[in-house]
Amino acid sequence: MLFRVSPNTGLPLYLQLMEQIRHAIETGGLRAGDQLPTIRAVAEDLVVNPNTVVRAYRELEREGIVELKHGSGAFVSESVVGRAKVTPKAQNIVQVAVQRLSDCGLTDDEIRRLFDNELALHRAEKSSGGKQ
Amino acid sequence: MTDQVIEARELRKSFKGQPALAGLNLEVPAGSIFGFLGRNGAGKTTTIRTLMGLLKPDGGDACVFGLPAGDLTAGIEIRRRTGFVMEDKELYPYMTVEQILRFTRSFFPAWRTDLEKKYLKLFDLSSSRKIPDLSKGMRSKLMLLLAISHGAELLILDEPTEGLDPVGVEDLLRELVSISAAEGSTIFFSSHQLEEVEQIADRICIIDHGAAVVTGSLDDLKTRYRRLRIVLREEIPSPIQWGMGVERLRQHGRMVEVLVSDNFDTILKQAQSLPGSSVECFPVNLKEIFLEYVRSN
Repeated sequence: MLFRVSPNTGLPLYLQLMEQIRHAIETGGLRAGDQLPTIRAVAEDLVVNPNTVVRAYRELEREGIVELKHGSGAFVSESVVGRAKVTPKAQNIVQVAVQRLSDCGLTDDEIRRLFDNELALHRAEKSSGGKQ
Repeated sequence: MTDQVIEARELRKSFKGQPALAGLNLEVPAGSIFGFLGRNGAGKTTTIRTLMGLLKPDGGDACVFGLPAGDLTAGIEIRRRTGFVMEDKELYPYMTVEQILRFTRSFFPAWRTDLEKKYLKLFDLSSSRKIPDLSKGMRSKLMLLLAISHGAELLILDEPTEGLDPVGVEDLLRELVSISAAEGSTIFFSSHQLEEVEQIADRICIIDHGAAVVTGSLDDLKTRYRRLRIVLREEIPSPIQWGMGVERLRQHGRMVEVLVSDNFDTILKQAQSLPGSSVECFPVNLKEIFLEYVRSN
């Protein structure tokens, strides 16, 4: 399994790792029932704290994407197939949005920045809202 | 019993009237990889030497495994359970690798021959080599090997990656991660290499002028800290009164930059309510947090 994280982006590493596992599932790199690499293997491979990997797996378990089986490791949930079907639909939404923004005369960079900024705000609201 | 492996309260220490520690508080939970950060001369080494019982503080308490660090008998117990790599990485220059291993082994009844063998091989250390013939990186690895092999529950490493090349740094960090995962040891290391701390630490403490200025879980800090960049429609004559949680504020004409350390929701709403403002939000990395605190002090 190939994961990659960037420690100095300011984004918590466990969130980056969660994102990559989700992405691997969405693109079919990981399928329902597949076993995820062990915590130690991921920690050593990425050279990150084992607790970071534990946290990512636990959060994914809470989201129902991963199942932690005691003693035998972490697996992609059987119910996760539903998510793969969402991806084309999401792609359609983005496609329409990008087309309309580009019709308004916005450049690729401007559109990208708008998306990034919207995501950053969304994420910030979600994470600080979730804490209270 | 406490689950803090290291606990320091209000530690004070001066050298010739010059304060090195000015009321340092520190808590290192069991099983963590703890990054101890600070500039040169911030008090990192003084703290570590105090924890190892090599220095007596002028005031305050330091406990390791719940035992008083300054106490003679307790100190023996602490040093038996702790692997310690000093900053200068000095080793007896007349010994070979094999001799220093035999010498060190004799002090520690819980010596782990399995780990010794594993790391000799992994670090590619030949036992017949003389210590002065080893490169700086090899000496660091040898010291780490000695620290790990005596079966320590706690590793205290004073700038372990100093002087190593990038490959050496990555190898060493990988070993620390692997020891933490395999043995569950607590690792406390000082550094001023923020990238490596950001990579493997789960908790950090930034020390400046002998006191902790930022401390906590790295994920938590990264979640709480954010930078907002606001562009106003018109310049505001009087400074904006922000709510609690704004750590730093810079304003140049219509551009405002705010470093938020807490209460992001409230601050964001306030920013969005400013007249004609465009608000952008950026994550903040450890280097930025470090510079904000250490530079302003």
